[in-house]
Amino acid sequence: MPGLSRRAMWAPYAVREALGMTSTSPIVEVSNLRKAYGVRTVVDEVSFSVDEGEIFGILGPNGAGKTTTVECVEGLRVPDGGRVRVAGLDPVADHAAVTQVLGAQLQESELQAKLTVREALELYAALYPNPADWRPLAERLGLTGRLNTRFGVLSGGQKQRLFIALALIGNPRVVVLDELTTGLDPRARRDTWEIVEDVRDRGVTVLLVTHFMEEAQRLCDRIALIDKGRITALDTPQGLISRTAGSTIISFTPSAPLDDADVAALPALASVENKDGRITLGGSDETVTALLSLLARHRITAHQLRVTDATLDDAFLDLTGATQ
Amino acid sequence: MSTIAAVRRTSPRTAVLRAEARLFRREAGTLFWMLGFPPLLLVILGSIRSFRKFDAGLGMRVIDVYVPTLVLVALIVTGLQAMPPVITGYRERGILRRMSLTPVRPSALLTAQMGLNGAAGVLSALVCLTIGRLAFDVQLPKQAVGYALAFLLTVTAALALGALISALAPTARLATGIGMVVFFPCLFSAGLWAPVQSMPHTLREIVVLLPFGAASQALEQAAAGHWPAWSHLGVLTAWAVVLTAAAARWFRWE
Repeated sequence: MPGLSRRAMWAPYAVREALGMTSTSPIVEVSNLRKAYGVRTVVDEVSFSVDEGEIFGILGPNGAGKTTTVECVEGLRVPDGGRVRVAGLDPVADHAAVTQVLGAQLQESELQAKLTVREALELYAALYPNPADWRPLAERLGLTGRLNTRFGVLSGGQKQRLFIALALIGNPRVVVLDELTTGLDPRARRDTWEIVEDVRDRGVTVLLVTHFMEEAQRLCDRIALIDKGRITALDTPQGLISRTAGSTIISFTPSAPLDDADVAALPALASVENKDGRITLGGSDETVTALLSLLARHRITAHQLRVTDATLDDAFLDLTGATQ
Repeated sequence: MSTIAAVRRTSPRTAVLRAEARLFRREAGTLFWMLGFPPLLLVILGSIRSFRKFDAGLGMRVIDVYVPTLVLVALIVTGLQAMPPVITGYRERGILRRMSLTPVRPSALLTAQMGLNGAAGVLSALVCLTIGRLAFDVQLPKQAVGYALAFLLTVTAALALGALISALAPTARLATGIGMVVFFPCLFSAGLWAPVQSMPHTLREIVVLLPFGAASQALEQAAAGHWPAWSHLGVLTAWAVVLTAAAARWFRWE
């Protein structure tokens, strides 16, 4: 029965495609994006693509061009060059269509101070043709007890949760979250991270802009590192860390002095630091093994030996050349 | 989009208007200025006994002249004092930007604000006319069509002037400041300090070229039963067009 097999082959695919669930094409595509303000180029030949269902991070220091990049994705800015597509649509030319597949929380934006949480949710739901029910959304984001509170008196964390709710209220396929946890206390920040993971688990792709390493390391499936308007690296968090020289940090206090030449000869050694008798080495697993046999040979004990993996922090500093 | 949605849900622009109307009602101080201040001023002026007596110089009672002036004050307060800080604040605080991420254009917020402030100005003006009629026996406009025409042109010019201030002011605080600076010349030209008819000739020639000076003359002529002079209506129309064009030209969304 060729007809049946064709249907079996194609119908689910067509359904998935119609629902935007195919992974064959990325949901956000940015290629050779350029944007300048006057003579200052803030985004320079930036290219990346975000697959459906992932949390994609854009990480970089302040002023690196992260926000401008996502503003081009949101259609708030017109690129000077390059190409941006969201679900195959041009965010500028097809702005109205893009607003229905993309939700966003902006870095610096407020609502009317006297608008209550309930009114904001009802208002924004009314702006979309097929909105989500705001009640369960508010409950998921812990806003139920705040529905009658005016925006102006919400705490920073509550405001951010409301903005996440507003970003999701149009049932988007992708949300852009820009500096979501900036200004939040550590507790609220962690709560917000859980919310972001929950959003992804519900099948919404997340484009996350941040300058917090810890946040990127914890949340992102892949990270584009942006510095001075350019992408300097694009990898998984683990991939970024392991690509750094000295991705393993070894520190100890030797019971007797070590010969500098012996230390310098250790394999895969990236850095050496000796501070008041405590030695810190940057290297790899290989360095650890060689160091242990070196110490054994000289019958030296390593007091308070600590071996840790480098964090994204270290990778970031290394890749952006912020340290020598 | 779909017909089902259209039937059961309010349209996005209606939702924006409804939300803005709710917020509008929460600004008690502004509401007083718009709806309370012009009628109150009329009552105070009407309480002055000599203003209720025939003035040979004017050819009518002073209070008869003040009713059109206070109608204008109502429009000036709403257009220049109440509206610009709100719209500029919406831009300053990223509210317009946030709305531009939705399927609704942020212009919905502007039209809602202009509609609400315009309506408040009209209401306040009607209250002034009613108080004038009931409390001080001021005749309702005899040339109603001419009065309505001049009135609508003035509403347009006042809102356009307010929109232009919103466009030029970078912050809500500055919008209030600029509004203040423009506020007093507008009140003066509307005849709040001295009726336009009693101004010295040269001053009067200048004042009738200003939007509220021309408006006060047009309203007064219509109140007295004449069709407003085309020169006044022309000046008003020109201001309404130029101010609207300038506001549209310089308005920034962020």
